Amino acid sequence: MRSSPALSVSPVMEGQRASLGLKASAGFALLFLHFPILIIILYAFTTEESSFQFPPPGLTTRWVSELFNRTDFWNAFGLSVLVALVATAVALVLGTLLSLALYRSSFFGKESITLLVILPIALPGIVTGIALRSGMSLTGLSFSFWTIVIGHATFCIVTVYNNVIARLRRTGYSQIEASMDLGATSFETFRYIILPNIATALLAGGMLAFALSFDEVIVTTFTAGQQETLPIWIFSQLTRPRDRPVTNVAALFVMATTFIPILLAYRFTNDSQGR
Amino acid sequence: MAAHSGRSIAVKMTDVCRHFGDVKAVDHLDLEIYDGEFFSLLGPSGSGKTTCLRLIAGFEHATSGSIELHGVEMVKWAPRRIGFVTVGQRLVSVPPYERDVNTVFQDYALFPHMSVGDNVAYGLMIQKVPKAERQRRVSEVLDLVRLPGYESRKPAQLSGGQRQRVALARALVNRPRVLLLDEPLGALDLKLRQQMQIELKAIQQQVGITFVFVTHDQEEALTMSDRLAVFNRGRIEQIGVPAEIYERPTTGFVAGFVGTTNLISGALAQRINGSDQAVSIRPEKIHMVALDAAVEPGWKAVMGSVRDVIYLGMHTRYLVELEGGGDLTVVQQNLETSSIDVHASRGNRVKLTWDTTSIRVLQGQTV
Repeated sequence: MRSSPALSVSPVMEGQRASLGLKASAGFALLFLHFPILIIILYAFTTEESSFQFPPPGLTTRWVSELFNRTDFWNAFGLSVLVALVATAVALVLGTLLSLALYRSSFFGKESITLLVILPIALPGIVTGIALRSGMSLTGLSFSFWTIVIGHATFCIVTVYNNVIARLRRTGYSQIEASMDLGATSFETFRYIILPNIATALLAGGMLAFALSFDEVIVTTFTAGQQETLPIWIFSQLTRPRDRPVTNVAALFVMATTFIPILLAYRFTNDSQGR
Repeated sequence: MAAHSGRSIAVKMTDVCRHFGDVKAVDHLDLEIYDGEFFSLLGPSGSGKTTCLRLIAGFEHATSGSIELHGVEMVKWAPRRIGFVTVGQRLVSVPPYERDVNTVFQDYALFPHMSVGDNVAYGLMIQKVPKAERQRRVSEVLDLVRLPGYESRKPAQLSGGQRQRVALARALVNRPRVLLLDEPLGALDLKLRQQMQIELKAIQQQVGITFVFVTHDQEEALTMSDRLAVFNRGRIEQIGVPAEIYERPTTGFVAGFVGTTNLISGALAQRINGSDQAVSIRPEKIHMVALDAAVEPGWKAVMGSVRDVIYLGMHTRYLVELEGGGDLTVVQQNLETSSIDVHASRGNRVKLTWDTTSIRVLQGQTV
């Protein structure tokens, strides 16, 4: 294995090996990013209750069962799942309708609408949160499960919209014209032609939306009333040092719940690109 | 054509315009297509022929004018409303799914998630035709396009020519009264295209459906059509049977677009035809004869010298510079001459003669 001097100025060509310095810094960056996650996984199974003793004096799975016996955890988990499911459903319907409306037509203000759709994910969560909170108190909406759902749906729509509109652009309009030409009404065309074409895009967009909603903290703190979603429950646990291993187990839980859908969504979009 | 009088009219367009902002895609179009006819819309890209087809299919809305399919008006006035308030009127078109026409798309537009059988059966499924009859008609029409037993294949598994046949079958299975074809052979290679031209024509005669065929290929239009319309810049330049279009072009554009021709205007036209109105004469109508050959009565003769020779195997194209200015393209068949003979004729002084009746006086501007 040959490696050129770290500081040599040579154009990076395809297939050329990276320099040792680049490899080292990349490795360090990866370690820096993922070391805290490893710590969480490790200390979810430590026998030590509150302090970070390294290496852990022993490994145990008793925190898992302890977590499973806590109703406050299950309440928060259940609420998070429900919010994520409902927000995803809302995003699927609205995102699909939006992309169908925007992908072929051109009219005055179309770009502004596109920007408005993307804005919630581009804006810092804290701005979205404050805006939603003041908007809701202005309309006299009391904070409840539904205000959390509305808050989450604002940024979940983007993932569905982006996925679906990209698929529609690739599908080509002539299929839709062909369907209408063969006698199908708009609704029949949607059911038999558009929906099968965008199905995997919907699945991918929906999974991303679910993952985004499930671990959302900032917007939720502004739009939730007395309810505690799982990320907020974890956040409040930090003030209780004796519960730290239990919290770590809960964090593992969140990771698994969001990571798997994102992985699947990635697979779905990649598979369909290969066709 | 007198032969067409008494035949019923399938498509009638009267003073139809389709403007996209300032672009007049179709401009004051009048067109009648008879029942059972193979009718071609011929023209260069951007001439409005595809827009015309899409107006008949219902994918485009006319800006003004009237489109009738078998006597039923497709463009209607409807009240324009804002909320519940009526503010004037607007033109609306009968949607594509309520028209008794079907289209074969340029890119075929097959449904990739369905099998060939489901693609072809789509129109029947929408019409809720019972499953047994559906299957029978699908296999019948797949036989017709010579793809028997292809029901379970996916479009991705087919070649370009096969996809084209599936697109044709998918449209034909509904037994429309008019079939619209948007450059269906454009994506095929030359050999396959010539084969499909023959097959399409045979299928059209077999099923007896009116075919409206869009193409930019003048040879295709001439060989396949019963009649054709030549489009240029959103307007129809000439409508007629193929021989009429070729033999008696009425405008410079038609003469130049359909086949090759000598377009003559100004001083040369004055010398040749006795008037400065633009005329056209086909290269094959001009005879290149010996300098001392006698000129028949009713024939015109001019002298010139051969400037360029293009040997094309079956025939040779000569560019002849005339004495007194101007030049003419002449095509002669290589009946007894060889390539050596024709190339040796470069620079030769020659006599060109033609029957004055083969000169066509053109209207409008030349190209």
